[in-house]
Amino acid sequence: MIALLLRDLRLAIRAGGGFGLGLAFFLIVTVLVPFGVGPEGDTLAKIAPGILWVGALLACLLSLDRIFALDFEDGSLDLLATAPIPLEAVVTMKAAAHWLTTGLPLVVAAPVFGVLLNLQGEGFFWLTVSLALGTPALSVIGTFGAALTVGLKRGGLLLSLLVLPLYVPTLIFGAETVRRGTEGMETGAPLMLLAGITAASIALLPFASAAAIRVNLR
Amino acid sequence: MNAQLTVTDLAVIRGGIPVLGGVSFTLAPGRALVLRGPNGVGKTTLLRTLAGLQPALAGTISMQADAIAYSGHADGLKATLTVTENLGFWAAIYGTGGFAPVLEAMNLEALRDRLAGSLSAGQKRRLGLARLLVSGRPIWMLDEPTVSLDAASVALFAQAVRTHLAGGGAALMATHIDLGIAEAEVLDLAPFKARPSTGGGRGREFDDAFDGAFT
Repeated sequence: MIALLLRDLRLAIRAGGGFGLGLAFFLIVTVLVPFGVGPEGDTLAKIAPGILWVGALLACLLSLDRIFALDFEDGSLDLLATAPIPLEAVVTMKAAAHWLTTGLPLVVAAPVFGVLLNLQGEGFFWLTVSLALGTPALSVIGTFGAALTVGLKRGGLLLSLLVLPLYVPTLIFGAETVRRGTEGMETGAPLMLLAGITAASIALLPFASAAAIRVNLR
Repeated sequence: MNAQLTVTDLAVIRGGIPVLGGVSFTLAPGRALVLRGPNGVGKTTLLRTLAGLQPALAGTISMQADAIAYSGHADGLKATLTVTENLGFWAAIYGTGGFAPVLEAMNLEALRDRLAGSLSAGQKRRLGLARLLVSGRPIWMLDEPTVSLDAASVALFAQAVRTHLAGGGAALMATHIDLGIAEAEVLDLAPFKARPSTGGGRGREFDDAFDGAFT
């Protein structure tokens, strides 16, 4: 299992692996928004939590279709399905590799990008915390979407349509945590709901993803 | 691990349509079975069904769990990993560890630090087949293993199969090349081709296909 994780991480940082793609996209979104809405600090500070969370979510979406498509094309997915590790473990490791190459860099970089959007005081702390708790759910839900669309020609667009609605609860509670944190209010409730969504996704979705892959390999 | 494989009255489907029916054979340890038949008869579908990648329509397959190493048309190589990284990954997945003798057996020593993407088609195939050697599984299922191999590599591969059989393993392969393996028997799949069902007419066929879509 660890071998699969290490292989995916190694593939991600090699040429054409797409590491940093999500991060660069996130940076561009946070740079573009102030150009679009104007330089007023108050407006930016107000929309910063939402924009940062939407940006992180879209950045995550960018690399989802690579999770299984490449393995499907070169036959590795067939071989992994007949290998001694269960398919549930394969999809969990794939989701973990996606989080480590896309989600974790976003968590680390988001506070820096928050400066560009005039995020206020406490917001930086809550942005990091909420992204750290929320992005694993984005990777796991995205892996499920990727498993559903594996083998489809140009499944990327369908994947976005399938996955984005599933991201809504994470987005709502993630952005709400940051907004409340910025305004100095109690953040316990949205943060706990966010953690709950992540925990439930990690517990349940690998089974659904593995089942979807079994069907798609036929 | 036991390499016994018994298939009884197996029917397989492809795209919801039955392609083979009533396939029965036994594969004993130390034996190889070569599947023959025209294109489209269902050799790949049969192998994929036996490997557990798709469900059978009818019949039973009895063998030990986790006995099969499957090798399809694609080699499952990563172009941006080196030969040793590719092979080391599969050795770790199958939990077998050392793969140095395998590199030698498949004549890949000189290529060990090359990226798999820069190998020729035949070299990639050799690396793909080397994965079988590190799998440690007793039953090899090979789908056209000799595609793009030159004569010397085919001989190398035949030698690897013979060694595997001598060690109590078994092999089931779909190939048109005579590998010169004395232990090999030939199974012609053409007589097992699924006939359009007669009893229920069109409705029966539809039901089979309909069930197939959900199995």
